[in-house]
Amino acid sequence: MPSSILWAVDIFGRVYTLSTVGQYWELCKDAQLEFKRVSAVKQCCWGIACDHQVYTNVFSGDVPIRYQEETYENQRWNPVGGFCEKLLPSDRWQWSDVSGLKHQQLDSFTLPSPHWEWESDWYVDENIGGEPTEKGGWTYAIDFPSTYTKDKRWNSCVRRRRWIRYRRYKSRDVWAKIVSQDDPDKLPDPFNDISIGGWEITDEPLGRLSVWAVSLQGRVWYRENVCHHNPEGSMWSSITTPGEVVQISCGPYDLLWATLWEGQAIVREGIDRNNPQGISWSIVESPSSENGIMHVSVGVDVVWCVTKDRKVWFRRGVNSHNPCGTSWIEMIGEMMMVTVGLNNQVWGIGCDDSAIYFRQGVTPSELSGKTWKAIVSVRESDRSQTGSSTSLLSAGCFFTDDIQNQTNAIIHGHADTSSDTELPSVPVNLANTPSTAETQENVAVDPLDSGQGEVTVASTSNENANLEMHKPTNPNPSAELQWTNIDLKEAQKHPVLSVSSFAETSSLSSLGMFSVGAEEQYGADDHPLWAWVSGGGCLVDLHSPLKWFTVPSGLSSSVQSLSLSITPAQTAAWRKQIFQQLSERTKRELENFRHYEQAIEQSVWVKTGTLQWWRNWKPHKWMDVRVALEQFTGSDGIRDSILFIYYMYYEEKKYIHVFLNEVTIIVEVLNEAKHSFALYTPERTRQRWPIRLAATTEQEMHDWLSLLNMSCCESRRIQGPPSHHAIWSVTCKGDIFVSEPSPELEDGPQMMPCDQMFWRQVGGHLRLVECNNRGIVWGIGYDHTAWVYTGGYGGGFIQGLASSADNIYTQSDVKCVYIYENQRWNPVTGYSSRGLPTDRYMWSDASGLQECTKLNTKPPSPQWTWVSDWYIDFNTSGGTDREGWQYAADFPASYHGHKTMKDFVRRRCWARKCKIVTNGPWLEVPPVTLWDISIIPSSDADGEEAVALWAISDKGDVLCRLGVTQQNPAGTSWLHVGTDQPFISISVGAFYQVWAIARDGSAFYRGSVSPKKPAGDCWYHIPSPQKQKLKQVSVGRTSVFVLDKNGNLWYRQGITPSYPQGSTWDHVSNNIRKMSVGPLDQVWVIADKVQGSHSLSCGTVCHRSGVQPMEPKGLSWDYGIGVSAGGITLPKSCVSTYPWECGNRKVPSCLAGQLSKAGIYLQEIDLCSSALGSFYKLI
Amino acid sequence: MTDDKDVLRDVWFGRIPTCFTLYQDEITEREAEPYYLLLPRISYLTLVTDKVKKHFQKVMRQEEVSEIWFEYEGTPLKWHYPIGLLFDLHASNTALPWSITVHFKNFPEKDLLHCHSKDVIEAHFMASIKEADALKHKSQVINEMQKKDHKQLWMGLQNDKFEQFWAINRKLMEYPPEDSGFRYIPFRIYQATTERPFIQKLFRPIASGGQMHTLGDLLKDVCPSAINHEDGEQKTQVMIHGIEPMLETPIQWLSEHMSYPDNFLHISIIPRPTD
Repeated sequence: MPSSILWAVDIFGRVYTLSTVGQYWELCKDAQLEFKRVSAVKQCCWGIACDHQVYTNVFSGDVPIRYQEETYENQRWNPVGGFCEKLLPSDRWQWSDVSGLKHQQLDSFTLPSPHWEWESDWYVDENIGGEPTEKGGWTYAIDFPSTYTKDKRWNSCVRRRRWIRYRRYKSRDVWAKIVSQDDPDKLPDPFNDISIGGWEITDEPLGRLSVWAVSLQGRVWYRENVCHHNPEGSMWSSITTPGEVVQISCGPYDLLWATLWEGQAIVREGIDRNNPQGISWSIVESPSSENGIMHVSVGVDVVWCVTKDRKVWFRRGVNSHNPCGTSWIEMIGEMMMVTVGLNNQVWGIGCDDSAIYFRQGVTPSELSGKTWKAIVSVRESDRSQTGSSTSLLSAGCFFTDDIQNQTNAIIHGHADTSSDTELPSVPVNLANTPSTAETQENVAVDPLDSGQGEVTVASTSNENANLEMHKPTNPNPSAELQWTNIDLKEAQKHPVLSVSSFAETSSLSSLGMFSVGAEEQYGADDHPLWAWVSGGGCLVDLHSPLKWFTVPSGLSSSVQSLSLSITPAQTAAWRKQIFQQLSERTKRELENFRHYEQAIEQSVWVKTGTLQWWRNWKPHKWMDVRVALEQFTGSDGIRDSILFIYYMYYEEKKYIHVFLNEVTIIVEVLNEAKHSFALYTPERTRQRWPIRLAATTEQEMHDWLSLLNMSCCESRRIQGPPSHHAIWSVTCKGDIFVSEPSPELEDGPQMMPCDQMFWRQVGGHLRLVECNNRGIVWGIGYDHTAWVYTGGYGGGFIQGLASSADNIYTQSDVKCVYIYENQRWNPVTGYSSRGLPTDRYMWSDASGLQECTKLNTKPPSPQWTWVSDWYIDFNTSGGTDREGWQYAADFPASYHGHKTMKDFVRRRCWARKCKIVTNGPWLEVPPVTLWDISIIPSSDADGEEAVALWAISDKGDVLCRLGVTQQNPAGTSWLHVGTDQPFISISVGAFYQVWAIARDGSAFYRGSVSPKKPAGDCWYHIPSPQKQKLKQVSVGRTSVFVLDKNGNLWYRQGITPSYPQGSTWDHVSNNIRKMSVGPLDQVWVIADKVQGSHSLSCGTVCHRSGVQPMEPKGLSWDYGIGVSAGGITLPKSCVSTYPWECGNRKVPSCLAGQLSKAGIYLQEIDLCSSALGSFYKLI
Repeated sequence: MTDDKDVLRDVWFGRIPTCFTLYQDEITEREAEPYYLLLPRISYLTLVTDKVKKHFQKVMRQEEVSEIWFEYEGTPLKWHYPIGLLFDLHASNTALPWSITVHFKNFPEKDLLHCHSKDVIEAHFMASIKEADALKHKSQVINEMQKKDHKQLWMGLQNDKFEQFWAINRKLMEYPPEDSGFRYIPFRIYQATTERPFIQKLFRPIASGGQMHTLGDLLKDVCPSAINHEDGEQKTQVMIHGIEPMLETPIQWLSEHMSYPDNFLHISIIPRPTD
């Protein structure tokens, strides 16, 4: 489960963070500044400090934020000097941008703010569209502007080359002041509130954020161009509002609410990907006429608010189409403010105790949650001691300052009578602040309480009269206790606009009064007092095990449990002694007495039950059967089990049985209607007819799966974690399987027949998995989270003894389900959802064969839950127009993103995110999310030495992991390897050969990678095969294969130790979808259009036969593994990737028989053949 | 051996080689051969001695046979104590096999409970589990279980089915993640030298300060004589399952991994052999 953090500001302006896996509030690293407001998202936090300035804190990652500046140098040929700087008067500038319209010399580029630095000097880019250019990087054309080629021809009259230089954002993990370069007259006045969000509005540009701020004068500002490459944004633009705004809240998507001084809320309408600023405001009245809205916070489709009487309200009926919602519901509890975080979770600050409360039970079906639960985590600094007096002192200083700045939020938190107050000026608000119940309580225990009591009463009745009396008291009832420690003069050092006019005596008296009880109370109840909290970057869901609600005990096991290093408990002497003594005891008491009879005879143990079975005669359907699992101990002492299935065949009792030691794999089958699973044996794999069983409940199915798995492992004497030589794989569904290479197959000349490998499941959910022969295993989830294997086993449904107790952690994954909206053009109405009778469903899957409406499409299995609403996917290949439509002449065809005259149909892709929460032996490797990963297949290094692991981040950065060893498989940190463009594929072969593919389809070889120089020194651009864009590379021992976007497989000729880049590409095969080369140069592919038994099939796993040291390209394809056909296309939506499910539900029955086990191996082999290789290493 | 799971297995599969001989005064028709058996440490004498009973009944006159009972060096062996405990308490540091005398007459009413059928053992066993869970989880776990789960615990023990037993028992060994251990540790301390059958008190696995209580803490608290020695010399042995865990061992860990199937940690305190 990826961890995330909650941000909060205490009443002293100190910023703290609390991790979802942590137990302590940690002081923000850059603790110099004091803050009024913070607003956080996953990648950064914006805040308003007490100097009224806006700061941004971009969290560090191992990947730098880089921005590529570019400029072009243009030259024209003339007969005298050849190409030279002299251009024609009508020509472009000698230095220009790509269009030639803008003059930009190298020295005209300056850093946008002090937070940037140059990475290197300018250099020439020697790459044109994936093709390397001649030295010097010149590209030639007949004239400006024209198409440029890398070759100089007789008619090349002009040439140009591209200069690039990178600047790097350096102020990470610190508060970077947003330096305004705007015209000083137009500068916003001091800021008062800030809210960031909107990252789900659009992916372009990468990491785009909406940053909204409110100035003290009540104006709303929008920060332009905030995105990953420009974390500070460029300028503030003013947004007109119908009134003076106090506070603003921006959700992850298109929801934006703000509150007005008058107590109404305003809602921004018209926010979409083309217009993230929105168009207009509409007004929503406060839930109660007397008490206006004081604070509002929004999520994806929820709105919470706090009114001036501190009551909390939930807005009903809010969604994208109706951002205003329908009505308010009052919630229990009184809060100073609330914040809505990711996943619509809610936090609030209690107005009585200034503690942070978490709203428990917020689920998609119950957005308003159930109860408030106080977060009792203590601050890291309080673990040994409570707050020191110095901090109190500075706190006091701060607070004087704060009073003059904070005109609304905190003060309003207690301003239960301020609705009477017309003037939004500071003193009036302050006057209202102390009239809280707490004040009275505190006073009551005080011997001097009589005076104060009167004042309090008076303040509620006539606040103006008591203005002065209350001025110095802190708006926060608990906070005011801190004042007792403060020298009055200290307070005087910070004269406040109107506070300075106060009578000193009054402040003295009110201060002095609290001195008695205050100390005691502070000592007894020293929880942090909070002023602000932001959950915008904090991801909590139903399954998150939070440790926030118990006071941390001295036990640090929970903290340790998240570290992969061996915990002290495991190395403790007592533990060793127990292990040792137990084995001594066994020796002593059993060694010489093994011939004795056992007291208890081993008997047959039977588990029986009722399941449903997919019967094996036509018509195929589910039928109720009795099932029995009999366990017995064979004469050789090995326990084996037989599964019996008793059924009725035309009134006749019959049964089938399976020896569990013959079972090769048991898999859960994705099915909406049934909790079913399938058992395979080699024989049944050949028949393509597994035993399919279904249980009535998920729990029952998991009980059976767990038991059957355990019995299979037992009969094969497999126990404990997988060995270092284990073969890891994932199915197209994301399930993880592992197989042990068995000893008798090691010495065979042929590879193990795939249908005989035994696979056992390991908990977790991954998109791909990579391993090497040192037991280092990494995986990437569908949500691009990186995971490292912890050394455990079991997890998921495998519970109890078949699962290790340690090293199993919660894991989650998120993926999208895609459906398509199809339309046909007709002359009357234009495009409409009325198609021809022969057309596909108007709402369908990608193939158009299956009807998929928004309503009837369910998550892939009951384990998945929706975590978003349907949204238009603009990132479909082929491109889309502004509304997400893709056009084509007819269904099915290739689609393009703009309408032409010939286009009679169009479609658009809708996506919806769903999430699985499970557990398994995996730990997240934060913070970088990954696209591809490769581990050096084998290293002869001993356990201490680092193992080469390279990865591509989901942004396309190339990364090299440092410190990966057998002891510490997670490694220590990422080393960013600079590239001039995003990359898509990487592979590390033997001898530290690192090859990679860039997004423009070009191949690169990394030079000089060695254990001493893990990141190598430079990239060598390898020209692609003629006119082909590459998409995947895989490196074996000496072989390098690449795959291009047209499905051609190429082999790199001429690779020698002295010339590792090789010389030319040799074509090997076409119609290849994916490939993988093992460490002994074995080649595995998934091929399309393989001649099957009935027709051309696609998605067949093939193995290249005849690969020999002298014949590295091999001779021919060994189609399929024991089966000649099988598999089906993997659609983009993972809804129907499971062959059996398709056989059952979606594919005409004549095809169903053809679906084979190859389907399940489809991705396993593909994604894990480097693992297969580690098996060969044993030979 | 690195996994705590292996401890469970070792504890479960602990066996004591035993030699059963018939008491000399028993009247037999012909001479009774001794009977050798591997007794499971975690089981109960009357549960696993059907074979012994059959063996000796063959040589005896039918009318002489009444309820079987066992004795070791003059001490009647309580069947309701697990076998391993009986061995540790009375016979550790002696030569193996363990020599047990079988009686069919003169049932020592004041020392032993009657055991007429396996149902009595089952009732005793389940009562112990329930008591233990009352201490650990306020009975919440055991009460949430179904009847068949209870049966599975018992059948697991009776048929020596480790997996069958632990499939259910692991639920009894869990605790809420926000707690660091059980509410109280179910334990019993037996001393060979005292008349008192055993010591049992409420003892929490975690100290108020948050640190884990150890075996040493437990003994210090409830049985100081076991570890306090005037001359500093260790005069006693603290035994669980035939081994002496270090006093630093966390009591919670012991409870999870070294409890008997009845969910109690049975700790024997015996005099250290002098040689």
